[in-house]
Amino acid sequence: MSATPETAPVSPGTGGGPLLEVDGLRVGFATEDGRVQAVDGVDFQLEPGEVLAIVGESGSGKSVTAQTLIGLTRSPNSHIEGSVKLNGEELTTLSEAQLQKVRGRQIAMIFQDPMTSMNPVYTVGRQIIEAIRAHDSKVGKRDAHRQAIELLEAVGIPDADRRVDAYPHEFSGGMRQRAMIAMGLALEPSILIADEPTTALDVTIQAQILDLIQDLNRSRGLATILITHDLGVVAEVADRVLVMYGGKVVERGTLTDIFYDPQHPYTWGLLGSLTRLDQPRPHRLPQISGAPPSLLNLPSGCAFRPRCPHEFGKCKEVPGLEARLPEDPNHRDRCWLTAEQKRRLREVEGRIGLEEPRG
Amino acid sequence: MLRFLVRRVLGAIAVLFAISVLVFLIFNVVPATNPAQRIAGKNATPQLIKNVEKEWGFDKSLPEQYWTQMKLIFTGEVKSYNAHINVDERIVEGIPATASLCIGAAIIWLAFGFLFGYLSAVRSGGWLDRGLTVLALIGISMPVFWLASILLYYFTYKIELFPPSGYEPLSDPGKWFSHLILPWISLAVLFAGFYSRVLRSSMLDVMNEDYVRTARAKGLSQRRVMVKHVLRNSLIPVITLFGLDFGVLIGGGAIVTESLFNIEGVGLFTAEALKQQDFPSIMAVTLFGAFFIVLFNILVDIGYAYLDPRIRLGASAA
Ligand SMILES: Nc1ncnc2c1ncn2[C@@H]1O[C@H](COP(=O)(O)OP(=O)(O)O)[C@@H](O)[C@H]1O
Ligand code: SF4
Ligand SMILES: [Mg+2]
Repeated sequence: MSATPETAPVSPGTGGGPLLEVDGLRVGFATEDGRVQAVDGVDFQLEPGEVLAIVGESGSGKSVTAQTLIGLTRSPNSHIEGSVKLNGEELTTLSEAQLQKVRGRQIAMIFQDPMTSMNPVYTVGRQIIEAIRAHDSKVGKRDAHRQAIELLEAVGIPDADRRVDAYPHEFSGGMRQRAMIAMGLALEPSILIADEPTTALDVTIQAQILDLIQDLNRSRGLATILITHDLGVVAEVADRVLVMYGGKVVERGTLTDIFYDPQHPYTWGLLGSLTRLDQPRPHRLPQISGAPPSLLNLPSGCAFRPRCPHEFGKCKEVPGLEARLPEDPNHRDRCWLTAEQKRRLREVEGRIGLEEPRG
Repeated sequence: MLRFLVRRVLGAIAVLFAISVLVFLIFNVVPATNPAQRIAGKNATPQLIKNVEKEWGFDKSLPEQYWTQMKLIFTGEVKSYNAHINVDERIVEGIPATASLCIGAAIIWLAFGFLFGYLSAVRSGGWLDRGLTVLALIGISMPVFWLASILLYYFTYKIELFPPSGYEPLSDPGKWFSHLILPWISLAVLFAGFYSRVLRSSMLDVMNEDYVRTARAKGLSQRRVMVKHVLRNSLIPVITLFGLDFGVLIGGGAIVTESLFNIEGVGLFTAEALKQQDFPSIMAVTLFGAFFIVLFNILVDIGYAYLDPRIRLGASAA
């Protein structure tokens, strides 16, 4: 599958081109039960300063995709294909030592569970200082310590000059996630990858962390890849959205495309089960029935087929990720239904949703 | 910290008291042999036995006997039934030999245990890991007496590289060293193998932790991730084992090694005391050993708090 770039390619470093360009990314793991194709052909581009959301149920390959971007899935039993270009420079062929210079400095990453993502035996400040000094050993300890305090202040941690010397267990979950973000910002990267940054947090704290991410995105032009299983989170901050299912991108478009003109039945299902405060509880549609497919044994044809109520004969063939709306070449999906059929079928009880599968 | 120490020291005294009572009861109640008979000899007349009973206080009540016994041990006047030697003096004389043996062996086994365990974990699944695994398993499955005998036979009698046996005081370092090298190896091999396995599995667990992924994601070098994050967080199981093992050995537990190499340490004295069923000696070496086990337990707990700031000594279990 060849990706047609959404913007014309430009030479590296001149600006204007995509910051990050991912092409035909495939990641497989050799396991005892056989090969797991966790990511199966993912393409996308990240423009400077934008927020790209990757959504999908758990197990759809979001985290593996994100970690592969900075080479964290490299191992003797993983197999990685495709291309990841940062400012035009290919990352998949870099050595481990070269990649270390990219990690943290150009692309920072924060993770789902702030409770376990910091080393419990070192102070928060020391872990931030470690990141700074790993990339620039000339920075003195005292300077790095002062920078750590400034970073903690920048992410809204009160009393930063005291908290800098506290241990992670002395922070609340939300504060820890702020500290993780501070650590991510330490080297002023151009990209922040946030893998389910709010999933482990209370609802009120979730909103604060999202606000912070959005704030950093706007004030620093920090391009962000936001990974989540929750379209509600996406609605808050994303510019563009990738919907992933079974290791593949099944739909991609702008935030408006995905929320108001969704093309893939899986997206309809995600939207239908979205917690919406403007709808009374009984009107909320159920979760998509059935479980995500086992990556060891994906169904042939469209991977969503076993759970799709609209499945028909053609679905036995794998649909490509194509622009199926003539007026919008950047809104793409992997579903064989015609645009006309989709418009009709996605209306359930007066709103977008996925009805129960037949039979 | 102070509260922790006070509580632990009180606990330790209670433990030592319980152990002393237990050992006392085992020797005075369970086997109904008459110690006076043993002291007086096989062909003693009833009158002689009576005299011995009076002289050694066996005609007194058990609590009284216990009290006397403990008083003798703690004032350094306790005599063995058999040779009538001063038990405390004999233990103190044995300490330099035992300490030399145990500290030297511990340095060797920690060095190799850490080196092999670390390399195994970093290269897990590779040929180096497999080779080290085989080596460790061989080490673990070699009985100490067997290894010691082989070493003695080969290095001492066959090629005469090392002197036969005994312990030489540290005042002559060369002699001290050459007499200890084989005992050190004999004692260290098993522990080195075992510790490398424990460290390896502990490190492999830690490698799956989220914070290790964070450390890699911020661009740290592989070595730094392994040492500062993985190894650092893998130490607790090793420290726990070390506290127990070293406490036992330094408290007179290196019985086999000291006997085979004829090192006149606490372990050898323990072996003799056990062989001769000499109650005062057994009581004294048991308390001596128990003291070190309890001491190293406290040190291990202090080590935990140092290694993991989430463990606060004031709040930890007694
Ligand atoms: N190191 C690995 N070895 C084998 N399978 C893996 C590995 N990492 C992830 N997977 C599998 O890849 C699939 C996708 O995982 P992930 O990317 O974490 O999903 P998501 O983040 O969308 O919930 C899962 O089924 C997971 O079991
Ligand atoms: S291709 Fe077929 S099975 Fe797949 S989502 Fe579309 S209608 Fe459903
Ligand atoms: Mg995930």
